[in-house]
Amino acid sequence: MKLHIDSGRCQGHGRCYDRAPDLFGDDEEGYGMVLGDGTVPPGREHDARMAVANCPEHAIELAEETSHDR
Amino acid sequence: MTVDERFPRNAPETVDEEPIGTRSEIITGPVSDWTTDFSHLEPQWSADPYSIQDDLRKRCPVAHTERFGGGWLPTRYEDVAAIAYDTERFSSRSIIMGNFRPPRDLAPIGGSPPISSDPPFHHDARKLLLPAFTKSAVSRQEPATRAFCHSLIDAFGNRDVVDAAADYAQHIPMRVIADMLGFPQEDGPRFREFVENTLEGINLEPDERIARMSKLFEYLLAQIHDHLDNPRDDLTTFLINAELYGRKLEADHVAGTMALLLIAGIDTTWSAIGASLWHLAQTPRDRERLVADPGLLPTAMEEFLRAYAPVTMARLVKQDMRWHGVDMRADDWILLSFPAANRDPAQFDRAGEVVIDREVNRHAAFGLGIHRCLGSHLARMELRVALDVWLERIPVFSLNDSSAVTWSAGQIRGPRALPMRIG
Repeated sequence: MKLHIDSGRCQGHGRCYDRAPDLFGDDEEGYGMVLGDGTVPPGREHDARMAVANCPEHAIELAEETSHDR
Repeated sequence: MTVDERFPRNAPETVDEEPIGTRSEIITGPVSDWTTDFSHLEPQWSADPYSIQDDLRKRCPVAHTERFGGGWLPTRYEDVAAIAYDTERFSSRSIIMGNFRPPRDLAPIGGSPPISSDPPFHHDARKLLLPAFTKSAVSRQEPATRAFCHSLIDAFGNRDVVDAAADYAQHIPMRVIADMLGFPQEDGPRFREFVENTLEGINLEPDERIARMSKLFEYLLAQIHDHLDNPRDDLTTFLINAELYGRKLEADHVAGTMALLLIAGIDTTWSAIGASLWHLAQTPRDRERLVADPGLLPTAMEEFLRAYAPVTMARLVKQDMRWHGVDMRADDWILLSFPAANRDPAQFDRAGEVVIDREVNRHAAFGLGIHRCLGSHLARMELRVALDVWLERIPVFSLNDSSAVTWSAGQIRGPRALPMRIG
């Protein structure tokens, strides 16, 4: 499972890094960034989904990978 | 004395001059029909805008008014979002719906950049300010904010009734933004006057409105002069020295941005803190739950922001057009109600209820698109700290007299008198 932020849509609301600071951070202007390569560690899927569901700009995508893809 | 030609010391008497623009007839009094005659400045709206908006959403989702020279009020989330995203057809050159429209050539900068700016200028003016308002930048204000909240509650002494709006909520954003701009902390009462004049003085006669707005800009010019003489590490000195396109900012840009930060920094958060405490005062179940589980506060806070979103914006239609079933004319206002969007049942389950553990809450309290509230991280910090300290110090409280609660009129809604019984 992998997170991606569409920087064309993100406006820096910060709902993602407020909720899951281990999955998201911000740049020097407050725009959201995924940490690392965006891979969601086991057990963090729920917060990843909630970050997607709460982004006011619909800027976060979550690619569901099946285990044999990884 | 440091001389900066942008900010003359003995300015000629130009400040009271009538600004160029168009004025419309001032129409006040009871609304005859909310679908064709709405006004956000009448007492019925201040008392309960939600029932009006819910009714309009069902039977007339883009309401109209002839007041303010003509305007529209969309109440569906989808329509509010579409306008917020459509900077091609809706201009921000004025964001306060009233009886004065600034001239079209004020775009794309507007009177208080970047909130009043359109693309492409908007992006550059906003970019200057973003680093000062990131979550980590504003977290530096948190210890002082927390200490200040405690000091306000200490000052309640042994009183068993306090005004949670006047004695608590209003002071918190005033202090924080005064510190960030480098203005004297004791000027709070003047800030309140500036806020009320700007946002609630919409239907005053032009001379009176101009005179009152001039007082704000005279004050800001005095602060600029003080900062020229004594530069310091604050937003005023930053704006005086800031450059765009290789040049220092125009004088109007500096003062306009200062006005924006001062006004928008105060009344909005004051309203959010007050509305949240108002809700908790009359909902013991939610209050007790938050006292028992402070970890729920960040989630509850987003719900207070959704249900009691303080901020409504405005736009001006750029050209005549047919839009979502209505005929808009150039220079018609749009009253862009994020509060109405936030209560649209098509977007939110149980839209009219306050559900403090609502986990999926894609609200638009801080706007949508390129004008997302610049101060949203600051506002969230202040709201979280203000509620956290209040609930820790005053876990039991209730409205002393619900009929004594008053709400502000106009585009920013929050309690202005909120008598609270402690214990």
